[in-house]
Amino acid sequence: MKGYLGIDVGSVSTNLVFMDENGKIREAIYLRTRGQPIFALQEGLRQLAERLPANTIVRGVGTTGSGRFLAGIIAGADVVKNEITSHAVAASTLVPGVQTILEIGGQDSKIIILRNGVVTDFAMNTVCAAGTGSFLDQQAARLNIPIEDFGELALKSTVPVRIAGRCAVFAESDMIHKQQMGYSLPDILAGLCEALVRNYLNNVGKGKEILPPVVFQGGVAANAGMRRAFEQALGLEVHVPPHYNVMGAVGAALLAREKMAGGGTSRFRGFGVAKTRFKAGGFECENCPNLCEVVEITREGEVIARWGDRCGRWSGSLGYQENAV
Amino acid sequence: MKVTFPHMGHMWICLSAMLEYLGVEVVVPPPSSKRTLTLGARHAPEFACLPLKLNLGNFMEASELGADTILMAGGCGPCRFGYYAQVEHAILEDLGYKYRLVVMEPPQKHVGELLSKIKYITGHSSWWEVVRGIRFGYQKARMVDELERQANYLRPREIHRGSTDKAFKRALQEIIAAKHPRDLPQAGERVRKIMAQVVIKPRPVLRVGIVGEIFTLLEPFANYDLERRLGYLGVETDRSIYLSEWINDHLFLGLVRGLRSRKEACQAAPPYLNHFVGGHGQETVGSTVMYAKQGYDGVIQLLPFTCMPEIVAHSVLPRLSTELGIPTLTITVDEQSGEAGLVTRLEAFIDLLARKKGVV
Repeated sequence: MKGYLGIDVGSVSTNLVFMDENGKIREAIYLRTRGQPIFALQEGLRQLAERLPANTIVRGVGTTGSGRFLAGIIAGADVVKNEITSHAVAASTLVPGVQTILEIGGQDSKIIILRNGVVTDFAMNTVCAAGTGSFLDQQAARLNIPIEDFGELALKSTVPVRIAGRCAVFAESDMIHKQQMGYSLPDILAGLCEALVRNYLNNVGKGKEILPPVVFQGGVAANAGMRRAFEQALGLEVHVPPHYNVMGAVGAALLAREKMAGGGTSRFRGFGVAKTRFKAGGFECENCPNLCEVVEITREGEVIARWGDRCGRWSGSLGYQENAV
Repeated sequence: MKVTFPHMGHMWICLSAMLEYLGVEVVVPPPSSKRTLTLGARHAPEFACLPLKLNLGNFMEASELGADTILMAGGCGPCRFGYYAQVEHAILEDLGYKYRLVVMEPPQKHVGELLSKIKYITGHSSWWEVVRGIRFGYQKARMVDELERQANYLRPREIHRGSTDKAFKRALQEIIAAKHPRDLPQAGERVRKIMAQVVIKPRPVLRVGIVGEIFTLLEPFANYDLERRLGYLGVETDRSIYLSEWINDHLFLGLVRGLRSRKEACQAAPPYLNHFVGGHGQETVGSTVMYAKQGYDGVIQLLPFTCMPEIVAHSVLPRLSTELGIPTLTITVDEQSGEAGLVTRLEAFIDLLARKKGVV
């Protein structure tokens, strides 16, 4: 089997998909990053290699997400793309005609506006991450309910409570207050969903023309309570596509296919990467008062990438330039 | 008297040329850095904008080098910058710094007001010498601006990544080294030769206009080297304000002919923004309209966090953007800005433009 590998290394989850040449998603893996992106990526590659037939040929690799540069170096990517473009490409391919994408991941939320299949506008949360997956995750943990049940519980609500959702910390204290006043758990959860949607539409979605079809993706799309809150706030049907939680990786795979369409061989380092010893380290460069934090990636003890310096003193010294944006 | 002034891009080259020509001892603060910002942000009011914090840091660092007099621009109108010189001076005094303060207010009626301030600093120089000094500094500003324009053109087209920036650095040294007006023509010649050595290849590039608040536009430290980053992403940039244009508009009252002026930008702003809103708010809107009409692929607005005039402009941009069909991206900076977020947004914006134009 021949196909393309898409890798999305995010703050909360690391996702890999394998897409065959016809654009069908054959395998999808969703792992928790747990603050160890290199380990998560290697684990993902190992699992993927196990699931794929032995004669699999990877024709191209794309990486995305906040760990895209790191993943690009480790896996040997042909294309390294930001998550906004990847999500847009994935949604417009899997859901033809989509005009609005609501995307809420672990730490960031974004809205992408497409018209005639082309991204015309986007916005991403700027000052804080209130209302993203990590916060929902924490609240679920605090209430001792599995995150998977969060949405279903919220749907049982009849009278959602109004929760202050501007700031994650204040939302938590408001929730505790409402619990102590005796409101039921489903009503509080539904209220939280509504607060987060309100916050999202007022910050990220402000000034954007939200037209149907609307697609809701990212890890939070699993939460049926959030979906219903969006539908009520927008007065529109909100679609959650298959593979909603690995859309970034799907987009990366599609971008890799686009990139390799012109021919050429992939720079993929092979599934054996899972066994190689990679190490990320860093130091503060004291060459000038900027004190840049330089990150260093080593493979079997040899430095293969550096970035983070403003002047190019370190990142330029390896001949590694395409990622030094 | 050892005179210092805040950093705003390459303004120090022009200012120290003028002052040194007139025999004034100048202390150029170290280039704005993380340390500058840390020092400034520690002592500035939290909701003051980034320029104030960086200026303050500049002055504190310059004081370590022996500076005792601050030369700064003032202003009037709704933007807070007008009283920054005084506020910064007061903060420095509270901290125990002994600084004399000379504020160059934009002349209200006559260039003479400005000249007398410069005369105060330069003391013994004759009027004739002062005028020649200003002219010398201004010529350097023009040369630096021309150099920046060239670099913005070359960067997306260069074959060897970084060759433009290397040439730029060398060329800048040539301009800095010229100590007398009569050396400038030769320096200009050398600059041309250096820049001509950058090997480029014709390729389709995107054109993006950068608009917004002047300090964040001009100071690469404040805007995370936006022009260079965009250049490396394959984008040719134009900045809506260059230093020489600003000097001509605000200090010379448009005395120099043939330069782009804020008047055109302000005239282009209606019907989106019909009147002055302070700072460069109206220019931001007008320049965006002009870039749209000149066929630019997109516009990036830069502003320091809490900048009121630019917030007004920002709220106007969505309508303008839809009606004139030009995508815009707003970037807000302050001491809490993160680089990773900026990179993601820039990349996504450039992807958007490239896909729209079909030059992926």
